[in-house]
Amino acid sequence: MNSIAFVLLSILTLAAALATATLQKLMHATLSFAVTLVGVAALFFLLGAEFVGLVLVFVYIGAVAVLIVFTILLTRRDVGKDRGANWGGAFLAVAVFGGLTWAILETQSVAIVAPHLRTLTVKRIGEALMTSYVWPLQCVGVLLTAALIGALVLVMEEKR
Amino acid sequence: MTPTLQIFLVVSAALFSTGLLAALSRRHAIFILIGIEMMLAAANLNFIAFWRFSPQPQPPTGVMIAIFSIAIAAAEAAVGLALVIAVYRHYRTTNVDHLDQLKG
Repeated sequence: MNSIAFVLLSILTLAAALATATLQKLMHATLSFAVTLVGVAALFFLLGAEFVGLVLVFVYIGAVAVLIVFTILLTRRDVGKDRGANWGGAFLAVAVFGGLTWAILETQSVAIVAPHLRTLTVKRIGEALMTSYVWPLQCVGVLLTAALIGALVLVMEEKR
Repeated sequence: MTPTLQIFLVVSAALFSTGLLAALSRRHAIFILIGIEMMLAAANLNFIAFWRFSPQPQPPTGVMIAIFSIAIAAAEAAVGLALVIAVYRHYRTTNVDHLDQLKG
């Protein structure tokens, strides 16, 4: 695993995430959210899970980010400023990060290097999806259908 | 030096905390949703990292969980954004500070 690529991707991802959390202009923050997801997908590629990285790009950047942009444009009337920094939230986030980092660095069993990677082909993923995971797959299909119908019902204009 | 599992977990924890910061400090409903999506992405990163650093079983469990979690996050985002639009139609605002009618 290439450590230079890892460092660059981590810096890109975390900088974009911080920009998403702090930028005042809504559209800029949304675009940096997309950059964050590109960084996460690149980290997936680095970890050898190319298929999941591609799914992340398709689903999040192709669908969710576009949906968020449309929602911002549709609810544009009150693009007021966020009120100033919320120090309680910032303090809590830093405390959570500190606690998690402490726990991770204290745990010796996660200080390991990656074993040799057996390449994960899409064929194997497809076989697993169609054999051992066929029941969760059907459930996710039902869930997606129900969620999308529910979303449509929520935004439908009420007939008088 | 090749990156160890620890470093991936620290990056993922940082991403999670940034998502938490966005969810807690933003007042715009859509950005609270974005913060939650960021925390979900951090969890997915953890799943993939643990899958990569473990002796890889057959079938690839970590990858499967990440795929299902992405699908469920997409459903959640669709319903959440629909809720934001419905609330906006009703109250003409998306600022969660102004949506205080249920306050006791």
